[in-house]
Amino acid sequence: MSVAPTLLAVEGLTKSYGGIHAVRGVSFELRAGEILALIGPNGAGKSTCFDMLNGQNRPDAGRIRLLGEDTTGKKPREVWRLGVGRTFQITATFATMTVRENVQVALISHQKHLFNLWGSAPRFDRDEAVRLLELVGMGGYADRPCGELAYGDLKRLELAVALANEPKLLLMDEPTAGMAPRERIDLMRLTARIAREKSIGVLFTEHDMDVVFEHADRIIVLNRGTLIAEGAPTEVRGNPQVQAVYLGEGLVYDARHREGAST
Amino acid sequence: MAFYVVQFLTGLASAASLFLVASGLSIIFGVTRIVNFAHGAFYMIGAYIAFTLTDRFSGAFGFWGGIVVAALAVALIGVLVEMVLLRRIYHVPELFQLLATFGLTLMVQDLVVLIWGPDDLVGRRAPGFKGAVDFFGQNIPSYDLFLIVLGPVVLGILWLLFQRTRWGVLVRAATQDRDMVAALGVNQKWLFTSVFAVGVFLAALGGALQIPRDAVHHAMDLRIIVEVFVVVVIGGLGSIVGAFVAAVLVSELNAFGILIFPKISIILVFLVMAVVLIVRPWGLFGRPEAPARRTPGLTVNPWRPLTSNERLAALAALVVAAALPLFAGNYALTVGSEIAIFVIFAVSLHFLMAVGGLASFGHAAYFGLGAYGVAFLAKMAGLPMIVCLLVGPLLGLAGAAVFGFFAVQLSGVYFAMLTLAFAQIVWSIAFQWVSVTGGDNGILGVWPSSWAASPSHFYWLALGVAALVTIALRIAVFSPFGYALRATRDSALRSEAIGINVKRMQWTAFVIAGTTAGIGGALFAYLKGSVFPDNLGISLSVDALVMVLLGGVETVSGAVIGAIVYKALNIWLVSQTDLSKLVLGAFIVLIVVVFPKGIVGMLEMLAQRRKGSSPPGSTLLAKPIGSAE
Repeated sequence: MSVAPTLLAVEGLTKSYGGIHAVRGVSFELRAGEILALIGPNGAGKSTCFDMLNGQNRPDAGRIRLLGEDTTGKKPREVWRLGVGRTFQITATFATMTVRENVQVALISHQKHLFNLWGSAPRFDRDEAVRLLELVGMGGYADRPCGELAYGDLKRLELAVALANEPKLLLMDEPTAGMAPRERIDLMRLTARIAREKSIGVLFTEHDMDVVFEHADRIIVLNRGTLIAEGAPTEVRGNPQVQAVYLGEGLVYDARHREGAST
Repeated sequence: MAFYVVQFLTGLASAASLFLVASGLSIIFGVTRIVNFAHGAFYMIGAYIAFTLTDRFSGAFGFWGGIVVAALAVALIGVLVEMVLLRRIYHVPELFQLLATFGLTLMVQDLVVLIWGPDDLVGRRAPGFKGAVDFFGQNIPSYDLFLIVLGPVVLGILWLLFQRTRWGVLVRAATQDRDMVAALGVNQKWLFTSVFAVGVFLAALGGALQIPRDAVHHAMDLRIIVEVFVVVVIGGLGSIVGAFVAAVLVSELNAFGILIFPKISIILVFLVMAVVLIVRPWGLFGRPEAPARRTPGLTVNPWRPLTSNERLAALAALVVAAALPLFAGNYALTVGSEIAIFVIFAVSLHFLMAVGGLASFGHAAYFGLGAYGVAFLAKMAGLPMIVCLLVGPLLGLAGAAVFGFFAVQLSGVYFAMLTLAFAQIVWSIAFQWVSVTGGDNGILGVWPSSWAASPSHFYWLALGVAALVTIALRIAVFSPFGYALRATRDSALRSEAIGINVKRMQWTAFVIAGTTAGIGGALFAYLKGSVFPDNLGISLSVDALVMVLLGGVETVSGAVIGAIVYKALNIWLVSQTDLSKLVLGAFIVLIVVVFPKGIVGMLEMLAQRRKGSSPPGSTLLAKPIGSAE
């Protein structure tokens, strides 16, 4: 079996806010068709990492190469044009438009019709929009106003929107946060299936360890801005450093853990 | 050299009042998130009441006491306004708050004329500061020196108030996170009321202190509010130090600008503001802030193109309108032409505001630029009407391209204030550059060619253009561009994440709206046969906002209905009463408080109810769909 091409290569990514080093010298790679989980306790620097990958935030140092192109410091819209789909920790959708229109906007942008003033947007690539919605199991919701959707459905809509530009890489920041346990499993199964079918690389952050261990091919662990472990789920699970971070040795984490256990 | 020093000191003295008013606005905004358009009105009432009191009571005590009592009295009026009006609208989108407080401003303008008369009133000199100080042969009024000292003193008092008192701590906490302060058990209502009272007190004090320097008149409210908006945009809304620094900066620019560009000194202020906005869009001392609320109310009724039946109905309405010359007289036709022109104006703003989410408070600038464009071409180049109509609106396009570029760097209330300031700048140029624009006398004799000269022909022309413009913009709403523009309105974050350049979309929308408004202005110049600075004045900008609001900002076709109803009412009202501003202002406040969905919005809601489906949540108007950002 030939090795899949590298989609994303991160080298020495660093970002500080004032005196706080949010992310320090993080390096990793992601290959096509691979599902990589980025985990770590609160404040480990996961979201900061994510925002830098997608261009939301500018790194202080380090390099990001997407599909062989240096994208360090590029804007989110430029990163998207290279074939990167993104979902947000807190969903961002177009609340006054219908579910289908949300997807159609992404298709309009993908096909560079943004400044087309004469065409008909309601008819714009309708079939493709419906196909994408069906792919994420939202086919029946196409004409519903997006503002009426339940949170789990918004997450699925975001996935459909993220798939509209035929991405090669998906960045999903806590894709299942705020969802019921059942919905979490469904969404991640769906994502994994799509990723394998289309050979899309997926990088996601997640707090739910069941989700992580079930779906990730590989896991990288951040703690206080630095990478402390990397490997297959079984390796990471057995890593003493990771266990220390997650089960508690540090004072702060220990206290928090006990507090959580007592309630 | 001495001359420049004196000029500098004059600038500093002017800064004092400006700082008082601007800091009041900033404090109120910080806590309540309301940009109080009526701040200029409170400033003006402060000056009028102080005039009356200082006139009635003689002596030093009468003067200084009168000024303080005037400011306190206005603060009391402010408390009343806060309790009766503002408490009802804290939760509504910013646009409605700006409009409601603007409605108040209009009412006050008529009220002061009713109470104090239309003439300028010259107040008496301040006891103890009547003379002038000699400075190397130049005179400096000693009252100016008093004001120069007063500014920093007030800054110091405010600083102490905010740092050293319990109330100040609460105000600072509420400025950072008012929900948290409420959760901690602080009585929000009285905190807001007291903050509003302090802000209004500062505005009224600023007005009262002006009476020894300037005559009191009934247009001083708009003049100060535009300057204050410029100050808070430069200094950063919510920052008192920013208000102080920017007030000094703007006053000095005005003082020295007169020496450099005697005719159009305001250009200098504009240039500085433009630079600040590019470097620090949130002002020198402000903080960048994610817009909490989208400007127009969000709708749960997705927009859809007209069905074929509705198209037929619209066509039938157009045919009926076109038949008007068969039975109406010349006066009715002239009114009809004016209404058609205002339909063009309203739909152009609606496109920017409802589709793009950008509420411009200075849209008349582009209407007026179109009118002046026509006037220049017709009078100076002597071009035929058809050419003028085609080329004239390009002046509106050019203005929208330049100002729009800066305006779309901002959003929400900043956008509204900036567009207003730009419009006021264009107005000042039209007013002051007499050699080109004719100043106050305008440009006369812009008459249509013979083929369009008769009232019926002109009416058909205006109606035809209005229909074309409305159809074209409707097509644009449902074009890929229109969808993407609505997307930027709903979530800028998501839009950027799917490859949309949000600012470029908004800029394009601004230029489209400005050009369309210019088309309306071009026709208007021919309808009236003349062009005046009023054609780009604030009240015309507000007319446009009210038309859109009256029709329904959440609807696609509301602007057309809003323009027809509003313009017809307005023409009728002006013929019936001298207090049209009072009635109009009250009308605006009423719409905002009880009727925020507008006519078409209400009709749609009723239709929805009758269909039996769940009524669209009117709470959406009140509540942000906060997940977007």
